[in-house]
Amino acid sequence: MALLDVSDIHVRYGDMVALRGLSLKVEEGEVVCIIGPNGAGKSTTLAAIAGGVRPYRGEIRYDGQPILGTPPDKIATMGVSLVPEGRHIFGSLTVAENLIIGAYMRKDKAEVARDRERILALLPRLAERIDFPAGRLSGGEQQMLAVARAVMTRPKLLLVDEPSLGLAPKIVDQIYEILLELRKTEGLTLVINEQSSNRVLKFADRVNVLRQGEIRLAGTAAELADGAAIRQAYFGFEHGAQPAPAMQTPTQASTGGAA
Amino acid sequence: MIGFIQNLIDALSLGGLYALTALGIGLLFGILRLINLAHGDLISVAAYALIVPSVDVTARMFIGDFNILFLLPSIALIVILLALATDLMAFRPLRKATTPTLMIASFAVSYIIQNGILMIYGSRPKAINLWGAANQQIQVGDLRVPLLQVITVVVTIALMVGLSLFLSKTRYGVQMRAAAEDFRMAQYLGVKGNFVIGIAFAISGILAAAVGLLYVTQSGSLSHTMGVPLALFAFVAVVVGGMGSLPGAVVGGFAIGFVVTMLQAYLPPDLRVFRDAFAFAIVILVLLFRPQGLIPARNVIERV
Ligand SMILES: Nc1ncnc2c1ncn2[C@@H]1O[C@H](COP(=O)(O)OP(=O)(O)OP(=O)(O)O)[C@@H](O)[C@H]1O
Ligand SMILES: [Mg+2]
Repeated sequence: MALLDVSDIHVRYGDMVALRGLSLKVEEGEVVCIIGPNGAGKSTTLAAIAGGVRPYRGEIRYDGQPILGTPPDKIATMGVSLVPEGRHIFGSLTVAENLIIGAYMRKDKAEVARDRERILALLPRLAERIDFPAGRLSGGEQQMLAVARAVMTRPKLLLVDEPSLGLAPKIVDQIYEILLELRKTEGLTLVINEQSSNRVLKFADRVNVLRQGEIRLAGTAAELADGAAIRQAYFGFEHGAQPAPAMQTPTQASTGGAA
Repeated sequence: MIGFIQNLIDALSLGGLYALTALGIGLLFGILRLINLAHGDLISVAAYALIVPSVDVTARMFIGDFNILFLLPSIALIVILLALATDLMAFRPLRKATTPTLMIASFAVSYIIQNGILMIYGSRPKAINLWGAANQQIQVGDLRVPLLQVITVVVTIALMVGLSLFLSKTRYGVQMRAAAEDFRMAQYLGVKGNFVIGIAFAISGILAAAVGLLYVTQSGSLSHTMGVPLALFAFVAVVVGGMGSLPGAVVGGFAIGFVVTMLQAYLPPDLRVFRDAFAFAIVILVLLFRPQGLIPARNVIERV
């Protein structure tokens, strides 16, 4: 049984349809990436899983239980944690307070203290600034704090939304190193959103390409390694060929651009 | 000089009441984006709860006759329960509503509470004597200070210190600050939204109870709209201080208390009837120069 089973979810913001029948399965221990251009619906997908937006159709099962309609705080206690796009650090709280927030719901207080030490050992920059207001950290440090804060909830499933957003490549490398390290040590299952496939193909087990609210392509990283299929699904036409009109359907795009 | 110091003490004790009221309003605004105009009516209820419920013109003490060790928690409990009830019945169904909608809802709650008071206690103001001893003066050199003002200032400071310790040292305080800054993110981290909001309402109830008791001891009278001007000035204090900032609410409360008291003391007698107009003119001036308020909320630099 898949740890996460999203089937046929539809999400609307007012009149604006953001997801139209998205399905996604994530097995325990996997790293699954969702890539797609601006406005594809990546953030909406993660928010729907975490309970932040409510699909008007479809079903989401986590660990076999239906969680659609469950409030986000309840879903968090079930072991799902979201590192949202833009980090959403509590800027007026200290680094230490940001870290502990996620652990308040846990009963295993001794473990909490140990987790904190482990994570700070992994992130010495945060350890040095433990009593700083988090708003004073640099962008990269804030992103690391956002990841650390989510990990302090001891999630089984960690959802990470565009961890590379607005950060220098070197910092992004560090953040991915940390994510993969945590995956190894904590046995995390990861769903990561990114705009580009460059980085994710190296370590993802499976990649989904999302465009205009639908999964256009899904496969293992090995299957998609050469990148041509991804580009086609991502842009809706073969990169370098005639640009297809924006509203063209993928079938039309593939017949038009497959040359 | 003595006169000025006396005025200053007046300003501090009036400012303290405004500051405590502003904290109650500011706390809920921070978390819920609710401008709770019914907060003033919680203050009225705290005072009315002292007497036997009846439409008689003369007030007979009920809880007001209890030993202070029972009186304080009893009044606090009544106001807390009422505050929680307003959340449960009026504001919780509107969790996704905008600030204007919430404010209008709070107007409705305010009217309902006021009319509730009218129904139970009648419409005529009543005289009431709570802690008469507190109205004596204490002499310090040439200075004669009403004991009640000293008590008010001490209580104000104690409650502020207590609240700030609660917010900084306890898990619920940290959760409340997080929720005030980014409610959805706090929920994603397992902070129970309604629970934290409930705590905020309870604290606003405690603050309203304290203000109600201090205020009624000083004024000696009950009326169903007694809390309204307090809430109004406190709301102005919240705006002047900086919406959503608790230090701002405190500073704003004391600032308004100071301005009102000093205008009352030093305006030419002919102009004193226009005291509030002058006070609000000063408020407008402040906001022209500092639209974010004196201490803006969350001056966090978002770095990318
Ligand atoms: N709160 C909202 N209200 C209205 N429309 C929204 C809201 N959030 C997202 N949308 C719209 O829904 C669509 C999907 O948005 P979403 O943020 O999920 O895309 P995304 O793939 O995460 O994009 P990006 O790469 O820019 O982060 C977009 O067209 C966006 O404009
Ligand atoms: Mg996004």
